[in-house]
Amino acid sequence: MDRRKIEENIFKAIMITSTGIILSGLVCIIATIVVKGLPAMNIAMVTQTPKGGFYLGKEGGILNAIVGSTYLAVGATLLSILISLPVVLYLNIYAKRGSRFVSFVRFSFDVLWGVPSIVYGAFGFTIMLYFGLRTSLLGGIIAVSLLILPIMSRAMDEVVRMVPEELLEASYALGASKLETALRVVIKQAFPGIVTAVLIAFGRGIGDAASVIFTAGFTDSIPYSLFRPVATLPLAIFYQLGTPFPEVQERAYASALILTLVILIVSISVRIASRKFTRNVVK
Amino acid sequence: MERKRVLKDRLASKFMLLLSVVASSIIFAMIIGLYLRSRTILETKPLSELLFSTSWHPLQGQFGFSPFIMGTLWVTGVAVVIAFPLSIMAAMFLSEYAHKLVGELSKPLIDLLAGIPSVVYGVWGVLVIVPFVRDYVAPHFPESAGSSGYCILSGGIVLAVMICPIIIHVSTEIFRSVPLEIREASLSLGATKWQTTKFVVLRKGLPGVIAALVLGLSRAFGETMAVLLVVGNVAKIPSSVLQPAYPLTALIANNYGEMLSVPLYDSALLLASLILLLVVLFFNIVAQLVLIRIEKRIR
Repeated sequence: MDRRKIEENIFKAIMITSTGIILSGLVCIIATIVVKGLPAMNIAMVTQTPKGGFYLGKEGGILNAIVGSTYLAVGATLLSILISLPVVLYLNIYAKRGSRFVSFVRFSFDVLWGVPSIVYGAFGFTIMLYFGLRTSLLGGIIAVSLLILPIMSRAMDEVVRMVPEELLEASYALGASKLETALRVVIKQAFPGIVTAVLIAFGRGIGDAASVIFTAGFTDSIPYSLFRPVATLPLAIFYQLGTPFPEVQERAYASALILTLVILIVSISVRIASRKFTRNVVK
Repeated sequence: MERKRVLKDRLASKFMLLLSVVASSIIFAMIIGLYLRSRTILETKPLSELLFSTSWHPLQGQFGFSPFIMGTLWVTGVAVVIAFPLSIMAAMFLSEYAHKLVGELSKPLIDLLAGIPSVVYGVWGVLVIVPFVRDYVAPHFPESAGSSGYCILSGGIVLAVMICPIIIHVSTEIFRSVPLEIREASLSLGATKWQTTKFVVLRKGLPGVIAALVLGLSRAFGETMAVLLVVGNVAKIPSSVLQPAYPLTALIANNYGEMLSVPLYDSALLLASLILLLVVLFFNIVAQLVLIRIEKRIR
């Protein structure tokens, strides 16, 4: 009896420790970034583009990367919504429930979800070679939207799937077509979930570096056209960290702090969105 | 009017179907696209030489992936060895033992951990893990004293933290899906809670736990930025975890600049991406099939 009790307690302690280690990993990451990033933070970081000799420790900021990342992530998110939303509506409203095609599409998204982002970058690069595109904002948007497509679609699918069958039937009974039901009933009902899905995908898109290294390139100026290269925050961090100058490396920490803050804001918005937009939802 | 509505509905339906077909064929497009580009190198060199040769001299036309493949395997192995026991224990705690409030509180935190960009993990690795390994781990091993800290162990630790959330996420779902009745049956026979967890919940959920492990493994396998920053990037087959390595993903990301100026180089790097894609696809398909079977059994 006692031995069993001891075993119980030992393993309980191990389990609590494991959970603690993992959660303290999170705390340690955020604390490190804040402690190292804050001293190097200043207004110039977020209001100026890199001046001459920026990577040698001279003046400037990473406005180019902040704006670039925003353009890129917003563009990719919009493109991805344009594909995800119709696909998810098709799977849940038009297609026969539980048909082979539906399971196949879901399965393909699940599998795509696990494909490493560097592979999306390499694939985006082959598409660009094919169309003769250079590294550009457009190339980056294509690669990143492919990367976030499965994330967004699966997250949307989960909520649209939860829309009660009765609600659809009530709408059909009133004479609405499937399209009208989809646009006016289903989207309204699933809106909080859709917003959440979009935000999650956006967060993933803005933080990814490996998919844009081939496709979006890097530049010190703010892009003014879809066909110009564009700087991104993760790559700005990467390049600044790669220089041998401590001043520039410190700026990399500050840039990492900015990126982490963006991600924090996005994930807090996810929480708020999933609570706040539930007004129109019929339970 | 009526006809217009019906027509709109039909058109929308066809359009959505088309998009669904296109979206689900992306995966095939990726395989074909990367294959077409890597064919150039596959035609000039036998696959076995590419995979098993250790000589990597792009300027002389020698592309042996072996050091990079070994680098990837080492780093992934270390990450999984660290992350798997931790995550399974944490998942058991969160699903079986933890107070409901603790579970509710830790879920967003674990989601947040999953959402941190990999380059931030990399920066953290450079600032915390690398000095830790250099100052506290390496000195205990005479053959690797003086190590810079940029090594497989550092890469593995960083990756381990990265893949914990996904293993925890999938395995808590699995543990929760184990019916309450069989737990109660075990408890009523006099088993302790740990015995029930170990012999009933874990055993029942084992296929799902393995699927979770495989998903974490494939995530580690394809991770790029975080590893690239901490693993040292030396193209030599490593012989201990305190040596630097050069994983495939780091190879691809690091050599983008030069690849178009050296013949066959771009083809070689795209072949590396194709290899990564195929390995990860294999892992993912297996894991997803297992999870689908479990889901069906529950319903």
